[in-house]
Amino acid sequence: MSVRAQAKISDGLLKRVDRPVVIAFACIVALLLVGSLYSRSFLSPEYLLQQLKVASFLGVIATGTMIVILLGQIDLSVPWVVAVGGMMSTAATGWGPAGEALAIPFGIACGVALGLVNGFGVAYLRIPSMIITLAVNAVAQGLMVVHTGGFSPQDSSSPAMRTLATGDLVFGLPNALIVWAVVGAGTIFLLNRTTFGRAVYGIGNRERAAYLSGIDTQRIVLIAFAIAGGLSAFGGVLLAGYASKAAQAMGDAYLLPAIASVVLGGASILGGRGSYFGTIAGVILITLLQSILSVVQMPEAGRQIIYGVVIIAMLLLYGRESRTR
Amino acid sequence: MNDWRYVFSQNRATLLAFVFFVVMFAIYSTNHPAGFSANVVQTAANKGVLLALVAMAQTFVVITAGIDLSVGAMFVLTNCLASWIVVGTAWTAALGVAGVLLTGLACGAVNGLIVIVGRLQPIVATIATGAVFFGLALVLRPTPGGDVYGPLADALTGRVFSVLPASLVALAAVVVIIWIPYRRSVIGRAAYAVGSSEQAAFMSGVPVDLAKFCAYVLSGLAASMAGLFLTFVTYSGEASAANGGTYTLYSIAAVVLGGVSLYGGSGSAIGAIFGALMFRTIGDLLFVFNLDPLWQPLFQGLVLLAAICVGAARLFQVRNRLELFE
Repeated sequence: MSVRAQAKISDGLLKRVDRPVVIAFACIVALLLVGSLYSRSFLSPEYLLQQLKVASFLGVIATGTMIVILLGQIDLSVPWVVAVGGMMSTAATGWGPAGEALAIPFGIACGVALGLVNGFGVAYLRIPSMIITLAVNAVAQGLMVVHTGGFSPQDSSSPAMRTLATGDLVFGLPNALIVWAVVGAGTIFLLNRTTFGRAVYGIGNRERAAYLSGIDTQRIVLIAFAIAGGLSAFGGVLLAGYASKAAQAMGDAYLLPAIASVVLGGASILGGRGSYFGTIAGVILITLLQSILSVVQMPEAGRQIIYGVVIIAMLLLYGRESRTR
Repeated sequence: MNDWRYVFSQNRATLLAFVFFVVMFAIYSTNHPAGFSANVVQTAANKGVLLALVAMAQTFVVITAGIDLSVGAMFVLTNCLASWIVVGTAWTAALGVAGVLLTGLACGAVNGLIVIVGRLQPIVATIATGAVFFGLALVLRPTPGGDVYGPLADALTGRVFSVLPASLVALAAVVVIIWIPYRRSVIGRAAYAVGSSEQAAFMSGVPVDLAKFCAYVLSGLAASMAGLFLTFVTYSGEASAANGGTYTLYSIAAVVLGGVSLYGGSGSAIGAIFGALMFRTIGDLLFVFNLDPLWQPLFQGLVLLAAICVGAARLFQVRNRLELFE
């Protein structure tokens, strides 16, 4: 093989793998190395598997966030859609054997319903996504407050949910991680190998152009928001299984990390640009950062500051916009 | 005549917000068990002014087609700082107030520099700086507490001539001293131009970077005023994550209700202030109708949803489907 051909191959490889994704994965390795200076256990397989398991909850939620961000929109309804997913699935568990069997799909269906409201508002009523998802978040919160206060539903999760989130059935791999892998593989297929995925990227780049090329952009946006709602709620179902109960504020800690991990993975917040591998890297990065900061017993204040500074520093490395000219 | 029509169409959104607020507040105060009294107005005003100032902070940035998701964190940070330094004698308290406002300016300047020089998207950049500001607030006040210079707090949360709430007078003063001169200055006009089209503004020689920077700095200033006022109301400082989050989200809602376009380039802080007061009144309406407090969050959410759907009525005026995708 000539030198030229080799250069061509490596050039092709470089083009296929985004720079942000490479930097994000490099940062993960760097974080682990820094952590291992503090304690050897940061490099142990048990610790790494545990981190991947914790990361998979954020991973499932961030998947939905990413699809919406690729459209050039944003979903601020994540916190309470996660809570709806968790709380409605545990409530269904309390309705007898049939409810228990349907708990997981029911929780996800509630999320899809809220996602459809978001999508209808954005696609057909043309309301800015930032404000309609905010309103849906408020409505979901209101519904859950009435639901808990008025009907005092069951809040402990079903055995199936617990197994899904905490068990390990195959080769000692955590089930949650397998769930994330399945969701991730599905998303990669959806985004790269289907017309729906191509349309999502197209709309993110320029909705008008996508519409003029014959894409039913409104339907695509509606479906994308419904998927995002379903995935947020599924994250809630998993979280409820992990903690073996659902609580009202369970989703609050997931909105900003989900957005941050998508953006750290190199996706543009303006839409149309980004790969799922980046999101995987971002999710692992955020989870590791949070874990290391808590292992070294950093107080909450320091954790917040470092968290913010790291996000800004990383974005300054590769997330900059081009200059106006 | 035509002049008036122009002024009217320019300020239609603001007027609409004002009318909605007046109607809602009339319903609220006539159904209040204590009736329309100075006390009722004072309590409502103190609560409303907090959100109004945060909404004003949000407006400065939204007009330039940006967004500031750190207003809530700046609000909490300055609240915590004020509970340390706005104490002691009148002189030290005055110095403390200056320190708090300067801190707000500095926070806004950091946001501005990261967005302009760092060229990061405002939405992500301010999420991150918000985390930093909140961390600093936790350093200042790991547990709620602190104190504030009493006479000043009582003066600003009390009543002027025992009728008019002092907080409203202060808010009006802020509008007259900061917003109106800003709106009429070259920089203020530049901010609107940048919000309408940054490219066009840049090509017409508008000082784009300066306009954006001023918007973020003024946003920090307004947020710090809100933080200061919260200290006067509660007599203490608290690094509450819930407070930061809800005030950020409510500020966006208030801005939209007040007729400021999230796409930038239109709307005014006065509209946002009425939007904020209106949003607060919605929350209080349930209380006077004696409904179960359990239903309050749902009611508030549904009203918000309905209000923004009405705002989307533009949809029915569209003649060409392509206009939708602007």
